[in-house]
Amino acid sequence: MNFHLILFLAFGAVCVGGAVNLLAQRHPINSALSLIAVMAALAGEYLLLGAEFVAAVQVIVYAGAIMVLFVFVIMLLNAGEEEHTHGSRVAILLGVPGMLTGSVLMAWVVLEHSGTESVAIGALPGHPTDIAQLLFHDFLLPFEVTSVLILIAIMGAVVLASKPESSARKAE
Amino acid sequence: MVPLSYYLVLSGFLFACGVAGFLIKRNVITIFMSIELMLNGVNLSFVAFAAHWQALAGQVFVFFVMVVAAAEAAVGLAIIIAVYRTRETLNVDQVNLLKL
Repeated sequence: MNFHLILFLAFGAVCVGGAVNLLAQRHPINSALSLIAVMAALAGEYLLLGAEFVAAVQVIVYAGAIMVLFVFVIMLLNAGEEEHTHGSRVAILLGVPGMLTGSVLMAWVVLEHSGTESVAIGALPGHPTDIAQLLFHDFLLPFEVTSVLILIAIMGAVVLASKPESSARKAE
Repeated sequence: MVPLSYYLVLSGFLFACGVAGFLIKRNVITIFMSIELMLNGVNLSFVAFAAHWQALAGQVFVFFVMVVAAAEAAVGLAIIIAVYRTRETLNVDQVNLLKL
């Protein structure tokens, strides 16, 4: 058992534990915190694969910006514990065994039949210069389109989250 | 040395957890977080395949997935706020009518 495998298993255990905890917790803030743990551990996995840029972006954008947004909304709306309804009990009864069967089946197929060789530690030549070359040269058009997408998302969020005009007038 | 299939199994498990959370959970914010979990599982397989085939384009795709996830989170949470403002609930079972 080598060092690389131990690190992979440690980060993977945090990922799996966080994902299961997300399902088990009933208060959304606990789910959000376990999702942050999953994302941080995934950043460790990316580092093991040699993708330093993706690991940094994962921590900054995902675990930082997006999850802050989630925690902010949970606190803003004062979300409490979710109550179990009839539909959710049926979903748990059918969904959890279904998920377990699906993952075990998928794991068995991948482990038995894929026949892939090992990935060395830091296998990816993921120097930021090479990624910048790809991002700003080969994928320039998609990159610019994403900026339009972000702009539309910002405007949409502002329009949706702002108070409706009629009620704002009434408040005045 | 870790086989590529281990990464794929982990990524598949994260995706399965996301699907299960999407179906089981009744809080709309938690459902939204399950979607993020699914996106993260897909990202891991992107990076693992990029390392396997020495193709950096996989990392760029992860970058695009993150951009889309950020946009989706912003718009989705704004929609959640708007729904909460009119219905005073986050339970998806009680949000079953388009019309108020």
